[in-house]
Amino acid sequence: MNRFYLLLVLVAVVAGVLMWVGSRGASGDVSATSAGAPVVVTSADSAFQGYVLGSATAPVEVVEYADLQCPHCGEFANVQFPTIREQLINTGQLRWRFRDFPLNFPWSRLSALAGQCAGEQGKFWEMEDMMFQRQSAWGSSSRNPTTAFRDLARGVGADLDKYNACMDSQRYAGRVEASHREGVARGVTGTPTFFVNGRQLDNNRFGNSDAFQHLVDSLTGKGRR
Amino acid sequence: MRRRQAIALLALVGFCIALYLWFYKIGIIGKLQCGSGSCEFVQTSRYGALFGVPVAFYGVAGYAIIFAVAIAGLQPSQLTRRWPATGLALLSAAGFLFTLYLTGIELFVLHAICRWCVGSAVVMTVIAAIAVPEGIRVK
Repeated sequence: MNRFYLLLVLVAVVAGVLMWVGSRGASGDVSATSAGAPVVVTSADSAFQGYVLGSATAPVEVVEYADLQCPHCGEFANVQFPTIREQLINTGQLRWRFRDFPLNFPWSRLSALAGQCAGEQGKFWEMEDMMFQRQSAWGSSSRNPTTAFRDLARGVGADLDKYNACMDSQRYAGRVEASHREGVARGVTGTPTFFVNGRQLDNNRFGNSDAFQHLVDSLTGKGRR
Repeated sequence: MRRRQAIALLALVGFCIALYLWFYKIGIIGKLQCGSGSCEFVQTSRYGALFGVPVAFYGVAGYAIIFAVAIAGLQPSQLTRRWPATGLALLSAAGFLFTLYLTGIELFVLHAICRWCVGSAVVMTVIAAIAVPEGIRVK
């Protein structure tokens, strides 16, 4: 009888160790990046200029430096951006370029990687939209959101095998880092930070869609007298 | 007694599998080690939860109860009692039917097989194969 209980304990211990090792192997790679492990930035990483929404011939381009876990970025994306998109981007007046600028939130870099891995499959904007919409759920939790991101990737129609391979290999860690360095070089200190046709905006003045509308009007000549 | 020991051992194995899947579902484990299987597809599908509760949790609870009953039935004072055999038969039969439903969903609705779910299904089937005949015999 004692041997039987010993066997039960052995099974429980082995299973516990396997689960522990499995969970470390599954999420350890990505959190290494989150913890600031050295990232190699290649010339291809630096050459990537961000995901773009809108017409290539739009007269005004906004570059947004954002962190997908940053609450202000989330608020902007959920409240103001839909109007900007509908009234300015979809009408060909404005082109929007998204650049990752991961801050020091726990999942800043992980979320940036998730966005890039969805972007690899042409789903960046859908993924970004979903991540911001659900930010209050995953962003305020101390729990690793890898699973939540995977669910979102699946929800936007990404091929999960490719997405998982991308996340596991941290394929775009260098790209995210390059984007961050670029932002630092341009004087970005917080998010969201906007550049309109190369000029940095005062975030306090351009936190709403009307302000962007006025800005676009002035830059395209509609507001000139 | 050997049969109840086997059931307890199998229930513990099943409990560990279900716990692993549940940990994944609630985000404690980032990724399932699944080989070429479709564990994540199955787990993240709408059939991964029932009445708002992850299916894996039903497994955790079910195996825990079966394990507890089997261990209780192994105590010297309970070895000759009927209730452990009857309880294990009923629990494992219910577990087997639930497993059958889940496997059917995998095969005919999702067209994807989760290896861990198959492992759990095999464990539950063996438990039922041991417990149900004994439950009938002692009735």
